[in-house]
Amino acid sequence: MRVRRLAAWTALPLAVTLGLAACGSGGDGGSGGSGSDTVSIQIAEPQHLVPTNTTETSGSQVVSGLFSPLVDYDAQNKPVEVAAESVTSTDNKAWTIKLKDGFTFHNGEKVTSDDYINAWNYGAYAPNGQGGSYFFEKIAGYEDLQGEHPKAKTMSGLKKLDDLTFQVTLSAPYIDFKTMLGYNAFYPLPDAAFSAPGVLKSDYEQAPIGQGPFKMKGTWQHDSKIEVERYDAYPLDKPKAKNIEFRIYQQLTAAYADLLADNLDVLPTIPTESLSTAQTDLGDRYQTSPMSSFQFLAFPTFDKDFQNPDVRKAISMAIDRDEITKSIFKNSQQPARSFVSPVLPGYRDNTAGAAGEFNPTEAKRLYQAAGGPAKITISYNGDGGHKDWVDATANQLKANLGVEVVGSAEPKFADLLNKVEKKQPVGMFRLGWVMDYPSMEDYLGPLYSTNGSSNYYGYSNKEFDRLVKEGSAAPTQEEAIKKYQQAEDILAKDMPVIPLRFGENVFGHSSKVKSVEMDLFQRVNLLKVEAAS
Amino acid sequence: MFRYILRRLLQMVLAFFGTTLIVYALMFAGQGDPIQALAGERPVTAAQRAYLTEKYHLDATGVGGFFYRYFDYIRSLLQGDLGQSLTGRKIGEILQQAWPVTVKLALIALAVAVIFGVTAGVIAGIRRAGIFDNSTLVLTLLVLGIPTIVLAPLAQFFLGVKWQLFPPTAGAEPDFYALLLPGIVLGSLSLATALRLTRTSVAENLRSDYVRTARSKGLLKRRIVSVHVLRNSLIPVVTFLGVELGNLMSGAIITEGVFNIPGVGFNLFRGIRTEDGPLVVGIVSVLVVVYLVSNLVVDVLYAVLDPRIRYE
Repeated sequence: MRVRRLAAWTALPLAVTLGLAACGSGGDGGSGGSGSDTVSIQIAEPQHLVPTNTTETSGSQVVSGLFSPLVDYDAQNKPVEVAAESVTSTDNKAWTIKLKDGFTFHNGEKVTSDDYINAWNYGAYAPNGQGGSYFFEKIAGYEDLQGEHPKAKTMSGLKKLDDLTFQVTLSAPYIDFKTMLGYNAFYPLPDAAFSAPGVLKSDYEQAPIGQGPFKMKGTWQHDSKIEVERYDAYPLDKPKAKNIEFRIYQQLTAAYADLLADNLDVLPTIPTESLSTAQTDLGDRYQTSPMSSFQFLAFPTFDKDFQNPDVRKAISMAIDRDEITKSIFKNSQQPARSFVSPVLPGYRDNTAGAAGEFNPTEAKRLYQAAGGPAKITISYNGDGGHKDWVDATANQLKANLGVEVVGSAEPKFADLLNKVEKKQPVGMFRLGWVMDYPSMEDYLGPLYSTNGSSNYYGYSNKEFDRLVKEGSAAPTQEEAIKKYQQAEDILAKDMPVIPLRFGENVFGHSSKVKSVEMDLFQRVNLLKVEAAS
Repeated sequence: MFRYILRRLLQMVLAFFGTTLIVYALMFAGQGDPIQALAGERPVTAAQRAYLTEKYHLDATGVGGFFYRYFDYIRSLLQGDLGQSLTGRKIGEILQQAWPVTVKLALIALAVAVIFGVTAGVIAGIRRAGIFDNSTLVLTLLVLGIPTIVLAPLAQFFLGVKWQLFPPTAGAEPDFYALLLPGIVLGSLSLATALRLTRTSVAENLRSDYVRTARSKGLLKRRIVSVHVLRNSLIPVVTFLGVELGNLMSGAIITEGVFNIPGVGFNLFRGIRTEDGPLVVGIVSVLVVVYLVSNLVVDVLYAVLDPRIRYE
């Protein structure tokens, strides 16, 4: 009896004490405010940090600090050399890339043309399964690296001329190749990254060695943070901030709470829930800047209901874009009336013409004359926060066209695509696009070309394909843009999709930092941001 | 007693494999396109699709494919390898990182529930229908009525952002203080339930025969309550708290999300969202073990609390 009682009275307090003691030993990471020379930036857990495998924003934000790109973009979004001394070509097919002297990797290795060639070959080699491999498909010899058992391990189009110069031969002339080089898939990899030629060390991405303005401090702490510090041997303009902590958040709302409490310095995306209060909460620390995202509604070509372009135009005319961007997105997005993003060289306002203007009477007349369907479905993925605007759009169509309109949610984006691929009746469906590099071709090619990677709706117009192809093979940018614009005019006639909105960076920062700038790819400019003294 | 525990442990092994089979089958059946789920809305290249399909045997479908993949999973599990998530991270490492912080959080929540819930419950039970009893009734009803999804952001906003009493988020390696607020939020629901259970139980036991006997024997009231009544009243509370410990660990999805704690709940949520079968199965398997062990502890504690219960 006595033993039992003793056990009962000791067990409980002991368990509690043990629990509390375990809690106490956790150390002090994460929660505290950052030091005066450290700038903390919100990211989500990156999927990968190998440049050729980094295709989402969070990973891209981190590698943009660890590496320096060959080219970056100026205020007009034209390419300017950074790590490259020059990128030249006489025929847009054979490109000579000359590197700036003085770049070293964070382990002291000198950057040579081999480092670029090895990295690109690694990225293109299909068995490595790199997400950014499609960036290399324009280089001659890319095909030989594809398939389960590729014929070659290196692309024939990459040729070293000397330690700082190499030549890239494309399989066809491509005017925007220099623009493309700004993407993070084109970063170099040091010899130290490879355990054997063409074989990446398995732990390389835990602490990537780059040649950029920042180097890793420790390793990638999964689900927690990634810390980087200024690399003193960086040959170009040094960054203002000494240390940067990329803090990993699962939810934007949690990051927003930290931002309000000055616990986090930069939040690149204000969560939608907080948009209505953010301006009052943050004052002039609430900022917006252009970015490239483009939201639209697509018509599957297999659906007979929407085969008449007039039906598609009528639906477009019946949508009041201004109202939706104002009431639902609190002006954090802009109404779209063109088929490419306004950030691009060659963009023109209102290329959709009359079809982009809100005109309910004309819309109803046109819709009835063209024999539009009596019931319209708008499909969307339910996990992306699209319900509000889809419902608003459905209500507008209902009121303005006098037909039945319903929004239909699929659980995930993959489910939506799956239905479209199987040609099941989905009605109209929503899609979005973010560019990889600022060129009209990066919208016209993947979205509207017959074989475009994101042309899920099956739009095909031979004349359009021809113009885009001619544009990308044009000898000068001016001629290329002219062709691209002619191609865009065809879209205005065919109306394969309804442009809805262009996105903007809506970001905020704490009172402890200044000079926060965001680029077109939703990344914070790490060279400019600095601690406010 | 020893034989009883041994028997229970053996049953656990069976239960463990049974659950992994069921959970694996459910994940398998519900799997759409994990590769597209991983890529979000970007198009997936053929090369990457082929690479991931081969690496994770995603082309093995149907009943045959299911057993192939399940036994493949079990084989590596028996070798201590939980497999890799679709982004290439070792699931063992993910769990190793996620569990300690979740356990800490659950223990704080449980401690909050025990310390405040049981104490207040005893007081409310003794002073039944008094001011304290009535006010705790209202308070607990209020807490039970507010879901965590409302309570957590509210607590974060007022205590973390507005008055800055606590850090608004905890992060991956939080100290005790940073975990206190999420722990209280998580534990509040259990606290309310524990309080009401204790109160009813104490109130009932106070009217029982043995208490009358003890009182007529001339025992001090303090001794009657602390030794006789409390011990007998704890049986339902211990049952509840034992099961609740498992719930606190698996059910912290919302709390962990709001306070940015990369624990078990968050990883479970991520696994389900990205259709990451092995990750979900790994987490659920460990959760099953936690449930089984806490149930065993509860059963053993019964014998401690009530001498009439014996296990042979």
